[in-house]
Amino acid sequence: MAKPKVATTSLAGCFGCHMSLLDIDDRILKLVELVDFDKSPIDDIKEFSGRCAIGLIEGGCCNEENVRVLQDFRKHCDILISVGDCATMGGIPAMRNNIPLEECYAEAYLDGPTVHNPSKQIPNDPELPLLLNKVYPCHEVVKIDYHLPGCPPSADTLWEALVALLSDKPVALPYALIKYD
Amino acid sequence: MSDTINFIIDGVEIQGREGQTILEAAEAAGIYIPRLCHLKGLTPHGSCRVCTVLVNGRPQASCTQPVAEGIVVESESERVQQIRRDIIDMLFVEGNHFCMFCEKSGNCELQAMAYRFGIPTPKFPYQFPKRGVDASHPDIFVDHNRCILCGRCVRASRDLDGKHVFDFVDRGPHKRVAVNAEARLADTNLDASDKATEVCPVGAILRKRVGYAVPVGKRLYDEKPIGSDIEAAKTK
Ligand code: SF4
Ligand code: SF4
Repeated sequence: MAKPKVATTSLAGCFGCHMSLLDIDDRILKLVELVDFDKSPIDDIKEFSGRCAIGLIEGGCCNEENVRVLQDFRKHCDILISVGDCATMGGIPAMRNNIPLEECYAEAYLDGPTVHNPSKQIPNDPELPLLLNKVYPCHEVVKIDYHLPGCPPSADTLWEALVALLSDKPVALPYALIKYD
Repeated sequence: MSDTINFIIDGVEIQGREGQTILEAAEAAGIYIPRLCHLKGLTPHGSCRVCTVLVNGRPQASCTQPVAEGIVVESESERVQQIRRDIIDMLFVEGNHFCMFCEKSGNCELQAMAYRFGIPTPKFPYQFPKRGVDASHPDIFVDHNRCILCGRCVRASRDLDGKHVFDFVDRGPHKRVAVNAEARLADTNLDASDKATEVCPVGAILRKRVGYAVPVGKRLYDEKPIGSDIEAAKTK
């Protein structure tokens, strides 16, 4: 029987959650016995090759591209999991959520203490994805089946959840594995 | 004893005393009723509603509701748990709780409550309100982003410190804690040794220069759920 496929992505995240996944240490060998990775920065596959059992989403949605990728994951994955505080609540990027977008741009490209931008240009290439008005947690954009909070969630949290789902058991994390920090 | 009051919590017969609240009587019997605004030593406030129980079928705040002969109290039923969970969820989305860098994380009663209820993430949409920080005082700062309006600081300053440094202003969604000065905490008579600086259940009133002193794993609620101390007293 073909192994179930897992896809992963980092939207408005820092890749810390992916690092935490690598932090399962030698259990990663067991993991590759259990699953194949599909679209994921782990194997650098850029597009979905087919249906996936599990999609792991790191990061929330801060721009239109994040939304498109997230919708693509929802379309291709049976179970979608928000991994980490950015995916579950917006995280650090969401600190801009009560600051008007214009002020964010001005701080980043014009007025910030480390900015060097003599031409006073704000990047506006059509290639660049447009920023959303605020950063959205994933479940405010598509349906999310499970949430694994943490910044990042510990390797044990990720491992326990994955193993439970792959063996058709409910994800019942012990007290010490649900943490918001 | 003549002033014993017999009543029932979740099918268990409890002996309370005249003048006790349901929460106090339960606690004396080793039953933990979750609470956030309530703190031993402060006048009960009944504002957070996390301690809601059903008394003869009606929702009541157990921190203010006195015990009475023969009442039937529901505390751990699915319906009551759902009420509490919804309140905790609301407290998270109504503020800006960035636990990943909050100095209170691991020792925070709101966060610990969410852990106790096994909440992976609140179900309501995040409000991301615009709130301020007052870091004017040399020893203490107030971060309104994390305030849950429990009123502990208000009560402690008024009743224990005899100062009235904090109080509530405005109403409804605009309600907030204000300080007894034109604008800044630094202009009040708050002292770093005041009780009001110690009672905040969340990271809204914090002492400066002591953040992150306790390593992850050793903090108050890293291993054991909030309330386990009360529950442990029962098994002894
Ligand atoms: S006050 Fe508590 S819930 Fe709020 S950010 Fe700090 S640790 Fe998290
Ligand atoms: S500042 Fe802290 S103690 Fe005061 S009302 Fe807010 S949460 Fe309660």
